[in-house]
Amino acid sequence: MNGKSHSALNPPKRQPGHSVLSPPSSVLPPAPSLSQSDWSLHRKGPIDQARHNEKIKDAVRKNLADIVSEQSILTTDGRKIIKVPIRSLDEYRFRFGDEGQQGVGQGQGGTQVGDVLQKGGTAQGPGKGQGAGEEPGIDYYEAEFTLDELTALIFEDLGLPNLEEKKLQSVTSPTIRFNDIRRKGALANLDKRQTLKQNLRRNAMLGNAYVGDFKPEDLRFKTWEETFDRRAAAVVLAMMDVSGSMGSFEKYIARSFYYWMLAFLRTKYDNVEIVFIAHHTEAKEVTEEEFFTRGESGGTKVSSAYQLALDLAETRYRPEDWNLYPFHFSDGDNWPSDNALCKDLVTQMLEQSALFGYGEIRQGRYAYHSTLMSTFEQISHPKLMPLVIGAKADVYPALRKFFGPQTPTTPELPAAALAS
Amino acid sequence: MSLATSATRIATRDELSDACERIWDVAWEMGLRPFPMHYEIVPSSILYEFGAYGLPGRFSHWTHGKAYHQMKTMYDYGLSKIYELVINTNPCYAFLLDTNGFVQNKMIIAHVLAHSDYFANNAYYARTSRRMLESVSVNANRLRQYEFEHGKEAVESVLDAVLAIQEHVEAGATTYKRRPLYNDDGRPEPVRRADQKKDGPYDDVWKRDETDSLIPVAGRPTGDPARDLLLFISEHAPALEEWQRDIVQIIRMEMLYFLPQMQTKICNEGWASYWHVRIMRELDLTDDEVIAFADLHAGVLQPSPKRINPYFLGYKIIEDIERRFSDDGKDPAAARAKLFEVREIENDASLLRNYLTRELCDDLDLYIYGQQDDDIVVTDKDWEKVRDMLVTELTTHGKPLIVVDDGDYRGNRELYLRHAWEGRDLDLGYAEHVLEHVGKLWGRTVHLETNNGGNQAILSWDAQDGHQRKP
Repeated sequence: MNGKSHSALNPPKRQPGHSVLSPPSSVLPPAPSLSQSDWSLHRKGPIDQARHNEKIKDAVRKNLADIVSEQSILTTDGRKIIKVPIRSLDEYRFRFGDEGQQGVGQGQGGTQVGDVLQKGGTAQGPGKGQGAGEEPGIDYYEAEFTLDELTALIFEDLGLPNLEEKKLQSVTSPTIRFNDIRRKGALANLDKRQTLKQNLRRNAMLGNAYVGDFKPEDLRFKTWEETFDRRAAAVVLAMMDVSGSMGSFEKYIARSFYYWMLAFLRTKYDNVEIVFIAHHTEAKEVTEEEFFTRGESGGTKVSSAYQLALDLAETRYRPEDWNLYPFHFSDGDNWPSDNALCKDLVTQMLEQSALFGYGEIRQGRYAYHSTLMSTFEQISHPKLMPLVIGAKADVYPALRKFFGPQTPTTPELPAAALAS
Repeated sequence: MSLATSATRIATRDELSDACERIWDVAWEMGLRPFPMHYEIVPSSILYEFGAYGLPGRFSHWTHGKAYHQMKTMYDYGLSKIYELVINTNPCYAFLLDTNGFVQNKMIIAHVLAHSDYFANNAYYARTSRRMLESVSVNANRLRQYEFEHGKEAVESVLDAVLAIQEHVEAGATTYKRRPLYNDDGRPEPVRRADQKKDGPYDDVWKRDETDSLIPVAGRPTGDPARDLLLFISEHAPALEEWQRDIVQIIRMEMLYFLPQMQTKICNEGWASYWHVRIMRELDLTDDEVIAFADLHAGVLQPSPKRINPYFLGYKIIEDIERRFSDDGKDPAAARAKLFEVREIENDASLLRNYLTRELCDDLDLYIYGQQDDDIVVTDKDWEKVRDMLVTELTTHGKPLIVVDDGDYRGNRELYLRHAWEGRDLDLGYAEHVLEHVGKLWGRTVHLETNNGGNQAILSWDAQDGHQRKP
């Protein structure tokens, strides 16, 4: 550009790498230097990333009640990545309400006033008017989880209650426990504390107690044992009301509950059997697919389902061999004259079960008690757990109440209002 | 890309080293006076880490981890790529991605060299610490020590709070003494003792009175409005413990270092892009290298419909200045002198105010867009409005100006903040969250006055009553 020829640029010889602090003898300033180091042990970024992930998990734990009843999860094929909206991890700043909604941009030439840059705008952004500037484009931070990761978080401390030793089959889940020390082993399993102690002890025996001068005989290694959790066999009798009075909300809640219950049982136990019973005035044993997809109509006779469950307990799943977990979800609209029979059957069932769970799904649950619920209240048995689900967010507390640690402090159902 | 291998192949270290020297010489001959350069070849994970943290060795925080994860993911999926990473220090450190092709790395070597020249010679950088790598690692160690003494959670919650207002710092006066790096022979100027002394870690103790004039007024607990929230809080917060106060000061110190880079993004990228083109033209590139370079250059300088590409805008303005001041190409020396003046005295806001012309604005097809119903629509093309909007945004880096009105509000050591409203309302939802962070630092009730929908609004927060909003 200024016509200088390249030859003028030929640098005089100079010593590389001297700094500003020590003036060189040549004319040109120091040569640039280039190096390549080994960065393979540099882990700062991943470590802080792990802390961020931890915070995400904390946030998810706090929002499990909302996440559990998320429709999009129930319809996944199981492999899909689930996006969980998390608000608490936003990096809050003082910012303008219309941020991103106006500004200066640049076209490729010939842009006219009125040209549309983006159709539809930002979906959640409030338009003009009163709300402007109040809650602009609520930013969700979306964490991504696989279904398995989410299931693990949800079921962290859940388990089958009142599980007893039965003589027949056993549910086994192998676990590895490091519970022994040996002199030989893989270096990755080195027990540093024991090794130090051995070293100190050996040196002390030689008359000088100090740590150092390690010999192979000082080394101690952790070693493991495979233990089998021997547990008695368990069967879940999943009963669901499919009568005409079950509306879409009731069905959604029941399915949502059973969906997670299944996921939970399959994650935690290698060998739990599940029987699906659908009922209206008659009860039928159905496949899993039918159970979740079929809808029927007609009246309701709850006793039919309980009778079928009792029959199964007599034939296929004898209480001597099996822990029985009958669960029943209904809207509670039972044929009034049937309630006395139900009481009878449930009392019999309770003698043979580890837990009897009844979930009554009622939007506006505090309005009145159903006759079926009143019947259950008369029974009052420690293994009987009736509860009411009034909103989507109640599904998770219900799961916790049935399968959570059996302490008096099981989380209360939120007293909050109704679901959408 | 089917371009020949010589354009995209990865160079050996010797080749790169030669390229570095050659590029330095070309740049020197053209008049650039950068800090001595040190280039480091790094893998992508390291480059992204440095990018996420702002500087190598900076303190640990989950927001850095989040940024790192996002950048790394974008890179892994091929969605975006950092081209360059260069640090304002003396000597100047720049990082080259080990997977970059030779031409790409040549362009980056030239580009960051011009950044180094900008760091070394622009007025806004004159008072930045050129030993920031050491400083941030000392800071990181101090924070680690605090974690050890007070617990990780406690340090993290202070950091969360301070980072929420980290942008609200003030650099203060911009007077400086021009001090060339190199003398007329090209020898580095010997560093005088007085200057050396200035960089000592304890000088502030001895020179308090002198340096204080450069620090903006922090405001009295009652009285003068203060723009530097971090300074005000670190000096006047009634309930902060010493170590917490130190964390506020650490973040402030690091932000003051980053501030000039935020203020001169367009200048700096424009300058670097202008020079990488000039330098690359002087290198003996093969035909396919020329094409590969043109492709890369065009990629960097792509306009964007909803924001300003600082590379492109800066590049165009600087080329335009060169054209206008060269008397139509007859006086390249005058143009060059003008360019070096611009490099020394302008920041983004002043560059646009002084040099964005009607012709340039039309030529670049700049416009103002806004929301109309559900769509985002071009609302104005008037060049003065475009310019003024850009200048306004750049003056405060697109952030609302929040000042301290009173540090002893109601005679109760409550903090009263005011949003200096200039036509755009705050995001009140966000503001409440930030106010809560401020309140945790202040330790007493905090208030924020702003204008919302034409009416005065006052947000308040304290630990007992939580959030209040008036009206």
